[in-house]
Amino acid sequence: MSTLQSIAIALDALRQNFFRSVLTVLGIIIGVASVITILAFGNGAEQQVAERIRTMGSNLLMVRPGISENGGVRGQVGSGNTLTEDDAIAIAREIPGVMVSAPGVAGAGQLVRGNLNWNTLVGGVTADYLVARDWHVAEGRPLLPEDQQHAAKVVLLGTTVVKQLFGADDPIGQTVRIGTVPFTVIGVLVSKGGGGAMGRDQDDVALIPMSTAKLRLLGARSQIHRGSVDYVMVKVGSAAAIPEAREGIRALLRQTHRLQAGGPDDFHVEEPSSAMEVQAATKRSLTLLLGAVASVSIIVGGISIMNIMLVSVTERTREIGLRQALGARRAEVRNQFLIEAVVLCLLGGIAGVALGSAVAVAVARVAGWPIDLTLASVLFSLGFALLAGILSGLYPAYRAAKLDPIEALRSE
Amino acid sequence: MGNVVLPALTGATLDISAGEFVAVVGPSGSGKSTLMNLLGLLDQPSGGIYQLDGRDTSTLGPDGCAALRSRTIGFVFQNYNLLKRNTALKNVELPLVYARCRRRERRRRAEEALAFVGLADRMQHFPNQLSGGEQQRVAIARALVNDPALILADEPTGALDSATGHEIMGLLQTLHRDGRTIVLVTHDREVAGQAERMVTMKDGRVIGDCPVHATGLPHAFPRLAHPVLCTSGKPKVRTT
Repeated sequence: MSTLQSIAIALDALRQNFFRSVLTVLGIIIGVASVITILAFGNGAEQQVAERIRTMGSNLLMVRPGISENGGVRGQVGSGNTLTEDDAIAIAREIPGVMVSAPGVAGAGQLVRGNLNWNTLVGGVTADYLVARDWHVAEGRPLLPEDQQHAAKVVLLGTTVVKQLFGADDPIGQTVRIGTVPFTVIGVLVSKGGGGAMGRDQDDVALIPMSTAKLRLLGARSQIHRGSVDYVMVKVGSAAAIPEAREGIRALLRQTHRLQAGGPDDFHVEEPSSAMEVQAATKRSLTLLLGAVASVSIIVGGISIMNIMLVSVTERTREIGLRQALGARRAEVRNQFLIEAVVLCLLGGIAGVALGSAVAVAVARVAGWPIDLTLASVLFSLGFALLAGILSGLYPAYRAAKLDPIEALRSE
Repeated sequence: MGNVVLPALTGATLDISAGEFVAVVGPSGSGKSTLMNLLGLLDQPSGGIYQLDGRDTSTLGPDGCAALRSRTIGFVFQNYNLLKRNTALKNVELPLVYARCRRRERRRRAEEALAFVGLADRMQHFPNQLSGGEQQRVAIARALVNDPALILADEPTGALDSATGHEIMGLLQTLHRDGRTIVLVTHDREVAGQAERMVTMKDGRVIGDCPVHATGLPHAFPRLAHPVLCTSGKPKVRTT
């Protein structure tokens, strides 16, 4: 008897007991569906984090000033004015492996064009900022060192701002006011898309030369420290070089800031991607745990299939005896039941994949969670169901094949 | 009964020649069914020899027996033993499945066999849509679809009324006239009277073996040169 015939016979037997087959295979369906759904969400979350890290720019270190202190009242981290443009220059010059060291200031600003206005993040940056963030200009030109020197009133806009203020119009060469100061739009940034590090829209931004920002817009942090900046963004050549660069920056700044040994740093060096990676790792282990729990339910489903197959063998003892009398070899009887269990599990697995994908897509639609249905997770869960089918079918099939034809024919 | 060993057949020596129509009769417990199981290779004797077509069958394993059953033996049971959820056609095709027959060939031969037993218009019917006589005819079609030399019928008319029983016996006689060897087990002497030769058993022994004079005329028993079936020798023991 060919395998194809055995499959046909198995399908026939399952159809004849349709309701029972469905109940039996429910465990497998639910198990596979859970695995599929959990892996879809897990992969989706992981991809989202990877996407955030990618859009932020890779291999970055953020240096921020320490806390401010005013009459004993301490401000928040980054409120101090201990970090300067000179620090940025020193980092670029002294620390090996540093590709770009971009200082910057930031603040909120009201952008106005005609009767439209929009409040957005205004970044005062140097030309290096775009390099550090792997960011490019889609139209127009980027910021140039001359803009910095002349404190030119020019601005690069993110796509969100362009949409809000210009709609379908071409913004290049147009004028927008930021607060009361008119700026000329010189370019539009490539859309980063998606959520940024904290989920904020990265395309909702306006970039102007840092010198312009300090002189005309945000004012310097301090009248005394004219060179102070909000942050220095440092791009390192490779991920492997990050820890060393981090230590190097720390040692350098402690030295240039003339801090006493044992005293606290007056700055912070952060690795933005590391926090996200920790988050991703947590999610990954949660996914693994949930996936393992779901896999257990596939095993439980397999056990219920074994149970029903044993019942089926007992019920069909007479049929087995008849088949033996009509010339069925032991292997043929065994394969009939084994294939029945495997077909049952595989059908359950396929139904589970369909159900799990549907649930994942539905939840993604309603709750807005990111999902990623991969072929690997489909194959993994189907393989698991197949394994459960083989394991649960082996013993009942062996029992069937071992039956004595006379006894079997005599049974009721 | 525990582990008591009871001989079901002892010293049953029997030769059956190709083309014979033999009825085995005897009261229940006389060893008829055990004899049938041995003849049908469903059981192996614990002693003695069973030669089928001149070949000793004692060395055949379960799969060897299955293969031989598939090629040379057709079974007809008292309770038909049809698969309830399969059509008459599918039931008749079943032996061909295990004989590794191709699908179209299977269908053609099953249709032929069903036509032979007069059920050409019942092929797509399920067993519960058929009368007892029709079900037994499906079973006979199934028994002959592999073109076996030997047909074993165990009380084929036991569950049927006498008119239908006669039809079934008529079919078996037709098969016999086509040259097949037929061994029939029955406890009904009238049914046995339609065979050519009657073997009477009691307590595991053959106590009578004589030609049947169905027409009332003396009937010369045709002995063929080579016996197809032969059980002989030592006591047969079976654990119950």
